[in-house]
Amino acid sequence: MPQPQNQPVISSAPAHPPRIVVIGNGMVGHRLVEQMQSQANGAGLQITVICEESRLAYDRVHLSSHFDDPAPDLALATAEGYGESGVQVVYGKAEVVDTAQKTVQVNDQTITYDALVFATGSFPFVPPIPGKDAPGCFVYRTLDDLEQIRDAARGVKSGVVIGGGLLGLEAAGALQKLGLTTHVVEFAPQLMPAQLDPEGGQTLRRTIEDMGIGVHVGKSTSEVTLSDSGRVSGLAFADGSTLEADLVVFSAGIRPRDELARACGLALGERGGIVIDDTCRTSAPDVYAVGECALHDGRIYGLVAPGYGMAKVAAANILHGLGLHGLNLCDGPATFTGADLSTKLKLLGVEVGSFGDARGITEGCRTVSLSDNVRGTYSKLVLSADGLRVLGGLLVGDTARYNDLLDLALSGTPLTVPPETLIVPPLPGGAALPAPTNALICSCENVRADAVCAAIGDGARDIKALKSCTGAGTGCGGCVPSLHGLLQSELRRLGETVSNHLCEHFAYSRQELFDLIRVRGYRAWDEVLSAHGTGLGCEVCKPAVGSILSSLHGEYVLKPQHAPLQDTNDAFLANIQKNGTYSVMPRVPGGEITADGLIAIGEVARRYSLYCKITGGQRIDLLGAQRDDLPAIWAELIAAGFESGHAYGKSLRTIKSCVGSAWCRYGVQDSTTLAIRLELRYRGLRSPHKLKSGVSGCTRECAEARSKDFGIIATEAGWNLYVGGNGGVTPKHALLLAEGLDEPTLTRTVDRYLMFYIRTADRLQRTSAWLEGLEGGLEYLRGVIMDDSLGLCADLDAAMDQHALSYEDEWAAALADPATPARFRTFVNADTRDTGLQWVEERGQLRPAFAHEMTQGLTPLPMAGGDD
Amino acid sequence: MTLNLNTHSTPPLPSWQRICGLADILPGLGVCALVDGRQIAVFHVAGQVYALGNRDPFTGADVISRGLTGSYRSGEAEERPKVASPLLKHAFDLETGQALDHADMTLPTYPARVEGGEVWIGLVD
Repeated sequence: MPQPQNQPVISSAPAHPPRIVVIGNGMVGHRLVEQMQSQANGAGLQITVICEESRLAYDRVHLSSHFDDPAPDLALATAEGYGESGVQVVYGKAEVVDTAQKTVQVNDQTITYDALVFATGSFPFVPPIPGKDAPGCFVYRTLDDLEQIRDAARGVKSGVVIGGGLLGLEAAGALQKLGLTTHVVEFAPQLMPAQLDPEGGQTLRRTIEDMGIGVHVGKSTSEVTLSDSGRVSGLAFADGSTLEADLVVFSAGIRPRDELARACGLALGERGGIVIDDTCRTSAPDVYAVGECALHDGRIYGLVAPGYGMAKVAAANILHGLGLHGLNLCDGPATFTGADLSTKLKLLGVEVGSFGDARGITEGCRTVSLSDNVRGTYSKLVLSADGLRVLGGLLVGDTARYNDLLDLALSGTPLTVPPETLIVPPLPGGAALPAPTNALICSCENVRADAVCAAIGDGARDIKALKSCTGAGTGCGGCVPSLHGLLQSELRRLGETVSNHLCEHFAYSRQELFDLIRVRGYRAWDEVLSAHGTGLGCEVCKPAVGSILSSLHGEYVLKPQHAPLQDTNDAFLANIQKNGTYSVMPRVPGGEITADGLIAIGEVARRYSLYCKITGGQRIDLLGAQRDDLPAIWAELIAAGFESGHAYGKSLRTIKSCVGSAWCRYGVQDSTTLAIRLELRYRGLRSPHKLKSGVSGCTRECAEARSKDFGIIATEAGWNLYVGGNGGVTPKHALLLAEGLDEPTLTRTVDRYLMFYIRTADRLQRTSAWLEGLEGGLEYLRGVIMDDSLGLCADLDAAMDQHALSYEDEWAAALADPATPARFRTFVNADTRDTGLQWVEERGQLRPAFAHEMTQGLTPLPMAGGDD
Repeated sequence: MTLNLNTHSTPPLPSWQRICGLADILPGLGVCALVDGRQIAVFHVAGQVYALGNRDPFTGADVISRGLTGSYRSGEAEERPKVASPLLKHAFDLETGQALDHADMTLPTYPARVEGGEVWIGLVD
């Protein structure tokens, strides 16, 4: 009999569900329970958790935030949650484990297990010095410890933490939050010796001292001194110096909680820790250990991430060992083979990151570092002997580039830029840094920039040649513009003449062609081709000329003389999807929509069985429309007051906005109203590539304006205009063009910026790449459009005014066009609809069937574009 | 093309079907015809008509008729007509159906002709 889907297969049927006992309910023990439940995927498990603390699992990493006001809820597990999922909790301390009888004793209760897990964690190490147990001495590990420290802090003035590592600095933060004069004492000559190098430790020390915390490094504590009443009065050090303090917190490392494991005969390491193999099994059958009590490959991990890794592995192997083949299991046992100890955290408000070979222990490695005592930052890269690869690094005070650098270290990608540029902070004004990596150009074929450059070096001179020798651009095609840019810059670098001809049919750049068409006054493709082109044109030059004609004359794009130039999206005024159907996106200016509007859209979607998705541009996409339904869909949307959103065009898409001063308590200007006005002004404007915009009502920037081709951010003094940003394949932050503008000035400046871009950019060149290629850059642009250095402004202004006047809704124009009914029929010779489409219902809506779901097998490639 | 008259079976003759008027296809564009359950893309380019399978072999979608037409030149050879699929822009020779960048991919082609302003397609079974 076939097994029901999504159910694990049980190889033998035991009389009771498998019994799993977990000793310890810290972060890792709790994660283990979650992992077993999710991996078992509904199969019955009888899990018993033995919890020594009076609380179930909580977040120990952010312990010091317990003193924040309001204190966050650190709980990870709750009694209700465990109760609902059938996990039994026994509060108490496991006393005896019998690995032969497979039992655990706790509170005079004997629990039988089929699998047992030690998740007993660790305890804080307290150095054996005189006075260590006196009233006023604490450790920093549990919420109970924190409560005790809080009680003791009442009425005293100062506290000292012994230990300047991660946890010690956390503890110092906690003391400071309690209002104590705080000191940190570290035995090593620097703070965080396990993670940082001396310079990094020094930077951290300066910052922490600036916060008013006393830092004492290179100090060996010999004694906790006591007052006459026997209470803590301070510390005495081996060098004879002393420090006064009313309270001492030990945070000098951890030791595994392995006493129970030792008593039941499990193998331990020489210096403690329950020995586990790669499957997280201990030396006894069906007994596992995870987290800080476990010793893997001679090492105890005191960080939570490796513990979570062990929990995942142990869960898989426990289920497997019990004959439950959970869904997440691949063939063979799951293994834990050590953990990447890279960390990024915030200590006392200071960002600290450490990744890879942070301390430079690789033989022959080199380093580049930047220590900035002004900003209080320190960055170091550890490089391979040839200086070409990042092996690791340290970041103190600013970890903004942590993820990029970690990626470089983990991937081992060769550097294409001088390494020092990777740690220099961004220039004021946000000028972009050079691309930090050997960038991934084509993600379909996994082709990186160096492979493309090598092919160019070997003689490839055009996109076609690059496609055939590297494979880049042959998948979804989304990277072709990047490929083109790389080709041009590389050829320029090689000192060769760079051809920016549109295609084989036109020996002109888009800009040159634009000027020719404008100056000679051509109004149709045939005129342009016969005067300046060869052959019949192609899928590159036809839409480009179509776009130029539209930018210049604003004529309906489906007129008979223009229709054959349009890409399918423009030809059907909708976005083609992977199965050949279209998506329909009405304009929602500024993202503002009425309840009636929402209902109307919903009714259209329901009537035509369209899949609905909210887009990133604050609109609603209706997907899955067949071409013969499009006119009727538009008619209904138009009747409800909508119009084309031009989501299909290389044109203005959307102007995203926040609610601004109309609603938001932080808003300083009415961003929604401005966004609507601008969107209505520029709607339908055809351009070399799509145009996106955003307007934020304050510097919190909720509209993400700086990731747009033009973004506007409100200030008390007026509008700030940013230009040349985008998301997508190569994200770019927009650059500040002008500050404090009033609305008429802002609108004029945007008019000119857009028109100048439309006239001078290459085909499919977004504003960011155009701006980068503009000789003189932002300054030059400012000159042209704000100071009229080329005498162009009157012309640009007139062109945009003309556009705004001649705008018409293309959907309405299509409905008025007598050729539309015939053009939108699916078949020229039959009235039937396309029957080749296959749909799958998912989460209450229809989507195209994937190849493996179809009756006929197909191998579709990923799609480019088709977005908002 | 030469016919080998010595073979014992003559090649099957296509059965011709009228599809539409030539005026129904704007110059440079294509339409889709449904012929015996098959989707066939019919193009009107530079005074000629061409008929090919409508299914894009790279994506499995029936979209070829909605592709942009044009011409290409391979080396010193003459300019030849082509169509680019609207989905991922893979291009095919309009006459032979051969994919331009992938030697192993072709679209099926069908004989097509214009008679008295009407477009006809021949099908061989």
